[in-house]
Amino acid sequence: MTIKIRLENLTKRFPGEREPAVDSLSMEIPEGEIVILVGPSGCGKTTTMKLINRLIEPTSGRIFLEDEDVTKVDPDGLRRRIGYVIQQIGLFPHMTIYENIATVPKLLGWNRAQISARVDELLTTIGMDPATYRSRYPKELSGGQRQRVGVARAMSADPDVMLMDEPFGAIDPITRDRLQNEFLRIQSEIKKTIVFVTHDIDEAIKMGDRIAILRDHSHIAQYDTPEAILVDPADDFVAEFIGRGAGLKRLNLSRVNDIEMSECATVQAGADRDEVRRALGETDRCVLVLDEQRRPRRWVNADHLELVGGRSLTEIGLPADAVVRPYSTLSDTLNEMLVADYATAIVVGDDGVYQGVIDIDTINEAVRGMRAAERSRLADRLGEGG
Amino acid sequence: MPALLAAVLLALYLWVGSQTLDSIERARVNLDFILSATSRHVQLTVVSTVLVLLIAIPTGVLLTRSFARRISPPTIAVFNIGVAIPSIGLLALFSVVWDIGFWPAVLALVAYSALPVLRNTMVGLQQVDPTVIESARGMGMSKLGVLARIELPLAVPVILAGVRTALVINVGTAALATFINGGGLGEIIITGIGQNRQLVTVVGAVLTAVLALLIDYLAGLAEDFLRPRGL
Repeated sequence: MTIKIRLENLTKRFPGEREPAVDSLSMEIPEGEIVILVGPSGCGKTTTMKLINRLIEPTSGRIFLEDEDVTKVDPDGLRRRIGYVIQQIGLFPHMTIYENIATVPKLLGWNRAQISARVDELLTTIGMDPATYRSRYPKELSGGQRQRVGVARAMSADPDVMLMDEPFGAIDPITRDRLQNEFLRIQSEIKKTIVFVTHDIDEAIKMGDRIAILRDHSHIAQYDTPEAILVDPADDFVAEFIGRGAGLKRLNLSRVNDIEMSECATVQAGADRDEVRRALGETDRCVLVLDEQRRPRRWVNADHLELVGGRSLTEIGLPADAVVRPYSTLSDTLNEMLVADYATAIVVGDDGVYQGVIDIDTINEAVRGMRAAERSRLADRLGEGG
Repeated sequence: MPALLAAVLLALYLWVGSQTLDSIERARVNLDFILSATSRHVQLTVVSTVLVLLIAIPTGVLLTRSFARRISPPTIAVFNIGVAIPSIGLLALFSVVWDIGFWPAVLALVAYSALPVLRNTMVGLQQVDPTVIESARGMGMSKLGVLARIELPLAVPVILAGVRTALVINVGTAALATFINGGGLGEIIITGIGQNRQLVTVVGAVLTAVLALLIDYLAGLAEDFLRPRGL
């Protein structure tokens, strides 16, 4: 694990204030990870983030990027090497999307062809058609699109490090969820070192490879992986901050393809009644009817077969609509399950093809396994430490 | 607007043409004199407005920088004096302490119309969304770069509104420049009043009004044209 950013006894005292906003903070941020600074408002998390690119100059202490001490280097030059996204995004309203994204490459003196190619590449990455959006102005975009452009602008000169201050804070919950997933997908490809500030513990758990929970004056209450923090909060402050339902939150951290799926009885839509009865014979509940492309269509049980004689299998029974994907979180899966008629979620691939099912026992088993793994990992670490 | 103004001028021309003029009236109401008075009036307006831009915009920029927070109120107070004194008094003051003629008149106009430009420059810069400035600084733009490429362009609409106000003030107040021998269309009006020639007064007054409306119209066009796209 390479350390990308190292903070050493970083302190910030604002003039006229008795208490320091950030008090002697030391922290190491590993390369290629998303590290979340999370804490109640006023704990100094945003100040801490701004100390890293020296938008706020530290009173004392030192900042290292890799092994380079950047505490005293030219701050403008430093900031051009660090991507920066804030909650309000701050797109330049009088500049086109192209000009907005081209800001840092222009400052760095790239040539026009390079910049143009880079802007198009980024717009494609964030799922916005370059031909359509290049020459639009920020006010012509939706909130979600502006946020995407903000992230693209921060990535424009391909910085190793990005600072993000509540980047998804001012967006409606549905769009926020989509943007978070999209960002995680992009991050899995680009592997930037990201310092991410939020006050929302759920966002922290979802987005973070590592979470630093901060209390007043940016004192670190706990700095660990989300799993470890949920299973083993360091103290009452952390436990209270995580709040109720740590177990449910834990389900946000695992995805369907992390656990073992179950199988259920299936039949083809064209199958005759006897075939279905035979399949049913193996189970006391129901069978899943698949169409020719093996996409789930209906749940059918013995009663359904009795009731309606002549109709085809795709018209009887109950709709198979609790469908999840391999990368869905267990929390989403559980939710689907609870509202489904058969308390069972069907897993399909991106092409819609049936892969397996998940029921409450599967999840229970998986959670028990995770908890055991986490405990033994913690025990190992304590053993090493002691 | 231009068509309306042309119609007014045409009506004025036809009306004057239908009157018989005496020698005093002919001395003022003839094309040569009107053209030279108008061009003088435009010069007074344009020169004073350009000087106002050169003084008030940089001052406004300086006063909104963080290091100038302390000196800002006293500076605005100084600019306020120019507006607080009635314009005719200001002209008289300049003629007494300095001289009569074109330049004292221009300076009096500058003192009188600098405040709207200064104030609008400051307001225009202060109303720029601080998060836009923060994101620009956060990306590594220098302070000067942020001023030139972000703050000033975003302040342009408000600054232009101030410039338009200054232009309108100047074109109107320039009619008084004649009192200190500064020339301009005021000369025609004063003659009309002084010699009790109503026709001359009306010609001077209408021409002044038409010029003021024309300049305001042109300033409006410039505002639309210079406003950054995307706002």
